[in-house]
Formats: sequence, structure tokens, C-alpha cells
Amino acid sequence: MGMTRMLLEVKKLRGGYGPIQVLHGLDFVVQEGSVTALLGANGAGKTTTLRAVCGMIRVEGDVVLQGRRITGMATEDIARLGVAHVPDGRGTFMELTVEENFRLGAYTRRDAEVQADFERMWEWFPRLRQRWKQQAGTLSGGEQQMLAIARALLMRPKLLLLDEPSFGLAPLIVQEIFGIMRRIREESGVGILLVEQNANLALELADRAYLIETGHIVTSGPAAEIRQDEAIRRAYLGY
Amino acid sequence: MDGFAHQLIAGIATGGIYASVALALVMIYQATHHVNFAQGEMATLSTFIALTMIQAGLPYWVAFFATLVVSFVIGALVERILMRPVQNAPVLTHVGVFIGMLLIISNATGWIFGHTTKAFPTPFQSDGLLFGGLVSAHELGSTAVTLAVLILVYLFFAHTSLGLAMRAAAYNPRSARLVGIRVGWMLALGWGLAAAIGSVAGMMVAPAVFLDPNMMLGILLYAFAGALLGGIDNPSGAVIGGFMVGVLENLAGAYVVGTELKLTVALVIIIGVLVVRPSGLFGRVVFSRV
Repeated sequence: MGMTRMLLEVKKLRGGYGPIQVLHGLDFVVQEGSVTALLGANGAGKTTTLRAVCGMIRVEGDVVLQGRRITGMATEDIARLGVAHVPDGRGTFMELTVEENFRLGAYTRRDAEVQADFERMWEWFPRLRQRWKQQAGTLSGGEQQMLAIARALLMRPKLLLLDEPSFGLAPLIVQEIFGIMRRIREESGVGILLVEQNANLALELADRAYLIETGHIVTSGPAAEIRQDEAIRRAYLGY
Repeated sequence: MDGFAHQLIAGIATGGIYASVALALVMIYQATHHVNFAQGEMATLSTFIALTMIQAGLPYWVAFFATLVVSFVIGALVERILMRPVQNAPVLTHVGVFIGMLLIISNATGWIFGHTTKAFPTPFQSDGLLFGGLVSAHELGSTAVTLAVLILVYLFFAHTSLGLAMRAAAYNPRSARLVGIRVGWMLALGWGLAAAIGSVAGMMVAPAVFLDPNMMLGILLYAFAGALLGGIDNPSGAVIGGFMVGVLENLAGAYVVGTELKLTVALVIIIGVLVVRPSGLFGRVVFSRV
């Protein structure tokens, strides 16, 4: 059995908003180049977990990226270490054009391959090329989600955090975005931590899944096993 | 007719000053959603620093560029030291800090450099008026300088990656952090740039109005009127608004209300805009669903 290297290790993660604690000691890992899904109901703490990983809220415990402890670091420093977060609400720059959003994605990069990556994004997301000079705020919901993912990938991250990429989108657009994500996963080798309400969709894409309930991890395992497990599906995933 | 043309050109010249200060106000407003009432006083302090350097024997343009640098540093330090600790505080805290800064800088300037009115040199010397008496060399030169500054600022924000990062940090600080932009430093940079732009306005207006610690008080009011007229969230709108206020003020002063009531024109514009079109001529109207 080949050793897969650990990209992200999270241990005893606690945190929340002011006096309200949301995460009550989470442990999970993301392997290099794999997709890990965090599943759970509304209010379980999925979004908060992503915020905790990228330093948007104060946390206790250990968040370790490729052997380096990043707990308590500033969001911009964590981003510069290779964590790209596509937050809920997408986090695109609505007032700026698609092109400017692309340039901001590559803001911290000094290498010569930025233009090549732009072209790769155009290939993955041809709609964005058509909207190149358009203000991001005028894009459709699906296009904005694509722009948010492209912007994050342009950072050449080691770890991509995706917060509900299907949220508020028509089923066909969701299919399209998850299709592109399968390609990204095969062609880019980036590790993905995916939060998703649509468990069926997430389990199709993921290698491994964790189920969160009120800030605790209740079960975890290979995505394929969780998909097959009727008891888990009925109790936690509701389908 | 020549009289009218002269008033118009003089209005454009003062309008350039208002446009610069309006741009400084808008830059800080966009990043922080507060109007820096002390912007004028900071510019006055810069102008005194320039005068000190000139009196110490430095050539005008050396003093000019040195003042830009010093003003930039002062502006950035104000953000780091004074604004940083209150960045999440309520609006009234900011108003308090701005008014405190206004009084402290104004009085410190008077204390250090004296309260008497001083002449300030212009680099654009000439005997009499140019173009058949239409415009003075200083009016022409200062308009050219302020236009050059405005164009440089525009090019910086539109075409450099640092300018883009500053805009991103102002529009959406949360997302800016997520792409690795150091938002705190972008704010300091914005304050520094605003102070440098303000210092140009101070140095360009001082030869015409003479330098004293309260020199920029009225100018800030006109600039604020210009920023509101053009739209406080729109830099190019604020610049156009600044020029419009300059021309309006001069024409109204010459033909309508007389020089004594000129400042009232600014107040009328401010109130008129707030009542009729609160987002200004070119501002964004923000709708929110309830």
C-alpha cells in the first residue's frame, strides 16, 4: 500500500464566534491530491470549520498544513502558504471585472506561468472568457461560482476550501460545476476540502467524508462506504 | 466676455485644488466609510513643511517631492497609530478622532510655524498674465500639476497590481485577505497616498491664498461639496465634482452672490445634493431589500 502524504491535519479544533462555541474538538485529515467532504445539517459547524482552517475566526487546537502549524496565523498569511478558500457567498469582487478578479487571484504569485494558468482557467470555464471585461456583479450565480473557483485556483493552492459550491444554483449548473471539479481534481492535483449540503453530489466526488453534527464528528470513512451505508444515509444525510 | 473667460479659467484652476482634496477624501472614504475631516489640516502641515525646506535653501522642486514623501509617511503613520486601534469602533469614535486630529494638527502647526500669514513661492513665475490677460502663470502651472497628479493616481489604480489590490481591499477586505492581500498595509498605503495628494493641493493653493494654519479650512468644505456632488464613493465623480464646484464658486462669486457669500455656495451645494440626490451625480445608488 503506497503512502499518501498528509496535506492537512486538524486536531482537537475548537472555536466559534465570541462566547458562542460552535466547534467542540474536531479531528480530521485531508490527504494530498484527494477530496475530503464535510457533511452535515444546517448549523452543524461546516462553514465554521472552513473559516477556522483559514484563520478567519479564533480557534484552539491544531491546524497543520504539510507539517507546519498554522493555527492563529492571519488569513492573508495562510492564503500565502497555499490555502485558497471559496467562502459562502463566493467572495468574488463584485465591483471589479472578471479579468481583475483573475489578476487578484494571482496577486501573490511572482512566477512566469500566470498567463498559462489564465488560459487553463479559460479552458475549464469557457463562460468566464466570454465575460472577460464584464463586472463580476453582473454575472449569473453559476458564473460567479465559477469565477470564485477560478480565482482560488489561480493562487496555485495546495489546499482548496469549497463552501457549498452548489448553493442557490439550478441543478444543471450544479452538474456542470461538479463536472468541472472532477476535471480539476484529475488535472491539477490540488487537495480539496469540500463542504456541501447536497451529500449525494459530494460523496460522488469525494474520496473520504466526515459527518459533523453540532460541532462534533460523528462518523467518517471512505466516501464509497458512506454512500453504501443505509443507516448512516438515513440518520444523517436524509436520502 | 474676457472677464467671464477669466473667471471660468480661474474656476478650473481652483477646481483642480478641490478635485485633489476631494479625491483624497474619497480614497479614505472608500476604504473606511468615514470622511477624514482632518485631511485639510494634514495638507496645511505638509505645506508648512515644504515652506521650511524652501526657506532652508532647497530648490523648489526638491522641496516639492521631499514634501510628497514626508506627507506620505505622515499619512501612513496616522493610519497605523491613530486609526488602527479604532478601526472596528462605532462611527462617533471616528468622528471624535477626526475632529481631535483636526484641532491637534491645526494648533500644533500654528505653535510650531507661527500663526501669522506667510507668502508661499510659486515655481511658475511670470510678469503679468498670459494669453492676453486670461490666466496667470501660476493658475496654468498649478492646474497642470494637479491634472498630472490626478492622471498619475488614475493610472496607478487602473493599471498596477498594487493599485488593484488597494481597490480590492477597499471594496471587500474579507475576500482580499483570502487572496493574500495584506489589507492593513493597503489601508496605510491609502492614507499615505491621500496625504501626499492633499499636500500637492496645499502647495499649489498656498501662493494664491497665502499660508496660515487655517488655510485649508474653506478648501476642505469646497472639496467635500465637490466629493458629494460627484458621488462620495466614486473617485472620478469626485474629481469632476471638485472641478464643477471650483467653476460654480468662481462664477457665482463674480456674478451672483459676490465674494463674501462664496463659501455659502459650497454649503448650498452640500445641502442641495444631500436633499435632492444623496448619492451624487455619479455615485452608486444602493438599493437594499427589506
